[in-house]
Amino acid sequence: MSYKAKFKVWRGEGGEGKLEDFTVEVNEGEVVLDIIHRLQATQAPDLAVRWNCKAGKCGSCSMEINGKPRLGCMTRMSTFQEDETITVTPMRTFPVIKDLVTDVSFNYQKAREVPSFTPPEGVRPGEYRMQQVDVERSQEFRKCIECFMCNNVCHVIRDHEENKPAFSGPRFLMRIAELDMHPYDVADRKESAQQDHGLGYCNITKCCTEVCPEHIKITDNALIPMKERVVDRKYDPLVWLGNKIFKRSSK
Amino acid sequence: MTQTTPDAPVRRQRAQVKVRTLRTDRWWLTPLVTFLGLSSFLVYGVWAIIDTSNFVEPYIAPFASPCLSTSAVCDGARLFGWAPIGDWYALPPGLLILGLPGGFRLTCYYYRKSYYRSFWLSPAACSVQEPHGKYTGETRFPLIVQNIHRYFFYFALVIGAILTYDAILALVHKPLGLGSYILLANAVLILGYTLGCHSCRHITAGRLNHFSRHPLRYRAWTLVSKLNAKHQQWAWASMFSVMGADLYVRLVAKGIIAFPFA
Repeated sequence: MSYKAKFKVWRGEGGEGKLEDFTVEVNEGEVVLDIIHRLQATQAPDLAVRWNCKAGKCGSCSMEINGKPRLGCMTRMSTFQEDETITVTPMRTFPVIKDLVTDVSFNYQKAREVPSFTPPEGVRPGEYRMQQVDVERSQEFRKCIECFMCNNVCHVIRDHEENKPAFSGPRFLMRIAELDMHPYDVADRKESAQQDHGLGYCNITKCCTEVCPEHIKITDNALIPMKERVVDRKYDPLVWLGNKIFKRSSK
Repeated sequence: MTQTTPDAPVRRQRAQVKVRTLRTDRWWLTPLVTFLGLSSFLVYGVWAIIDTSNFVEPYIAPFASPCLSTSAVCDGARLFGWAPIGDWYALPPGLLILGLPGGFRLTCYYYRKSYYRSFWLSPAACSVQEPHGKYTGETRFPLIVQNIHRYFFYFALVIGAILTYDAILALVHKPLGLGSYILLANAVLILGYTLGCHSCRHITAGRLNHFSRHPLRYRAWTLVSKLNAKHQQWAWASMFSVMGADLYVRLVAKGIIAFPFA
């Protein structure tokens, strides 16, 4: 079963551009990325799109389809009506290089600002001993494919470019939570999550969770637990008193 | 994912799309329904504070519980006959009580999401541009006060226990009426919502990094996590149940509901 679908695709460079109309063939079982490739092959050979695995595992083909952040390779054409006009635009939060390809280096910069895993002194690789229950919370976050759709959809930086220096976005706040929950990590992550990475900007509206293609519960399992850990450290006098009386580590 | 090379030219311009959103679905429906639902709760709460028909043997309206003053007409619902406030307080009991469960819901992580979206439009829905020029989130006063949530949780636990006590008082009363079951259902939903709270999840064991060293706390955490996964549903169900139970008791107290098994 084939039909002709109407597409509007954002085309341009360095921000300047517009939505261009296309009518393109769609076959049964295809996804949006297939249609973008058909456009390249038949009507717009210079159309730029970043892609790699076509299996929802590399996180390269993040784009916005009918205004929603989606992976092009995981968005089935069968989810749209045949007479529907489908709009495809680049991720809005990041600068455009060309057409659907954005410059996501903001994310790499934020990744470098998160101190890496810090084991206790004297414990060498190979000597870590952990129970499965101690690490399975963090393992959920390791499913991340770094498509950066969570950072793209987060209104803190999507609607407020000026917040980018202060806010690392859900992807890297989740990374901080992952390390803070790790039984062998000794670095102080709570203070820096709040001060350096802008956890307080998060108003837990859960868009990051809604768009995650790996269905990671970013808000409930990473951001809110991290906010609660920050409350332990900075805002709860009873926890502070308990730590003093019982000489507990605040880590 | 492919990384841009360090010598790539600096590009700071986003795609210029001059509409608030390109979404084609009914994204406005959920915030609208949420706005109406939460507003109805607020309006009902104000009315319930003013209304004085809050007790009829053996039921006490949840918005007026516990019965703390001897000047209130709720002798049969006193906590073990205890009236700590005495007879000097003659204002509506809701004024004394509702700040605690109200504060619990106001600072609840789920309700924050719902009213940030539906009242403050920050954002109204995902990938829908918010109307505000500036955004600082919960980094400063007044929203930084949301971090007090766990203290409201402690009070909410006490309120949940009191509502359970009220339901038990009604259940042991003869003859048994429909209101007893309504108060019981409300107490169960309130406890399900309270115990599934994110702060409760953190306090049980979420703050630990070694679950294996605390098996009982880990077990509690897994149970709370199950409730927490449906926190939104518990929040709405308990909100409507507390309104429904409260209204039912008041209607019985006013004589509007007067069937034999009321």
